[in-house]
Amino acid sequence: MAELFIFFEQIYKILFLLIPVLVSVAMIVWLDRRVWAFVQKRRGPNVVGPFGLFQTLADALKYIFKEIIIPASSNKVIFILAPIVTMTLALIAWAVIPFSETFVLADINVGILYLFAVSSLGVYGIIMGGWASNSKYPFLGAIRSAAQMVSYEVSIGVIIINVLLCVGSLNLSDIVLAQKDLWFVIPLFPMFIIFFISALAETNRPPFDLPEAEAELVAGYQTEYSGMMYAMFWLGEYANILLMCAMGSILFLGGWLSPIDLFPFNVIPAPMWLILKILFLFILFALIKAIVPRYRYDQLMKLGWKIFLPFSLIYVVLTASFLMYFDLLPGN
Amino acid sequence: MIAHAIVFYIFSLIAIVSAIMVTVSKNTVNSVFFLILDFISISCLFIMIGAEFLGMIMLIVYVGAVAVLFLFVVMMLNVAQQKNEWFNSSGRSSHIPVGLLVSIIIFFELIIVIGGWKYKPDLLDSIAIEINTDLTNTQSLGSVIYTDYIHLFQLSGMVLLVAMIGAIVLTFRQRSGVKRQSYFKQISRDRKDGIELVDVENNKGVKIDA
Repeated sequence: MAELFIFFEQIYKILFLLIPVLVSVAMIVWLDRRVWAFVQKRRGPNVVGPFGLFQTLADALKYIFKEIIIPASSNKVIFILAPIVTMTLALIAWAVIPFSETFVLADINVGILYLFAVSSLGVYGIIMGGWASNSKYPFLGAIRSAAQMVSYEVSIGVIIINVLLCVGSLNLSDIVLAQKDLWFVIPLFPMFIIFFISALAETNRPPFDLPEAEAELVAGYQTEYSGMMYAMFWLGEYANILLMCAMGSILFLGGWLSPIDLFPFNVIPAPMWLILKILFLFILFALIKAIVPRYRYDQLMKLGWKIFLPFSLIYVVLTASFLMYFDLLPGN
Repeated sequence: MIAHAIVFYIFSLIAIVSAIMVTVSKNTVNSVFFLILDFISISCLFIMIGAEFLGMIMLIVYVGAVAVLFLFVVMMLNVAQQKNEWFNSSGRSSHIPVGLLVSIIIFFELIIVIGGWKYKPDLLDSIAIEINTDLTNTQSLGSVIYTDYIHLFQLSGMVLLVAMIGAIVLTFRQRSGVKRQSYFKQISRDRKDGIELVDVENNKGVKIDA
């Protein structure tokens, strides 16, 4: 009986996390479009609901009622699996995100590795979708995105090493608590910039949205998808973006910690701070989408391998030697 | 404990079935997907025995990078169209003896390992390093790899470096006639060397890019 109770408690906790994530994904799509419109002096979605807030829900409803078309010459199983994989991977990563010192679903020892692993698995949804469509544009998009995501993962991994050197633990809560005195964005500011840009590339956001560059590849790996399956790709993509923002705020912006431990700031509950930081990073994402033109493919690869990777490697050496010299290494 | 056993058997069943499917499935791309499933279930098994670092590294390295490249190659070379004819071809089975040899060797190796574990359990006690259960396994790995086994660690790094250089040398080809973009040149250009005013003589014209 007690085990059954624990089981249902877990399910309740999971739902308590998943439903807000899904709702905020819907809201974030709206925010993205509004910021984009704001920069371009348009109005953006403003008809459905107050300020157009329910626009995404209306869109989702539309997608649900549309017919799902599966191309005749596609590999059907993989074609159907692809959006499911994308969506699932985007959602399971939220299990380890700590919203406050106590509010975390799974406080595992290797939290940051788990996040890194799940985000590197995200490429499978795209490759599967692109290949299974059995069509040229999706396949080209899938190949581009696989190369892009694998390359930028390397530099994200090295950046994570930088942070871990200062923390001495792979646990996400420990990473946040290590920033109690100083957020890592200050000593590791160049790494924060590179992480932000790599996160743009990792989530296929503009200016690195080459896998779905509409001028060249129609819609990339999503070309053959319709209805609910397209919506799942779309939701998964935005959930991934939110996840990257959460990762950035945990690694560099002090997670749930308030900026200063003073009266008006420490009244605001801890999860609120994390949400505010995620929102801040997301608005940056949306602004970048509106103001930066798309990169050329060779420029993208050059940036990843020839600039970001050496630079972040050098920074690892610098951080390590600095910590060693001033005897600041954690765990001593 | 029973739940633990059930989960263990589920994962091992998935691992074994997908390992068989890697060789049996007719479409090569499906084989790679089953290989990925195999990797994932093995990393789940690693996590179940408490080796969470190893499990995660397995996921990141094998599933996140190696298998992506596998999939890449298989899709690009269009081997998906050539059916996997291991089990249905009668004439072209010259690769079977080699495979048989390899699998027999692996089989005997497994017998030796399992026999040693079964009939001489004190072999396990001869492990050089004691396992400290207070530390997380990331910490204990780190404290051993970079101190006691530093030479082995660096040697394996050298092996990887050699492999990397080899791969680059094998695939690198210098192409002539490619116009490369140089950011420094582009940015450091100014009006003086960008624009040239020429008095054009009548009926002669000017030469560009001379």
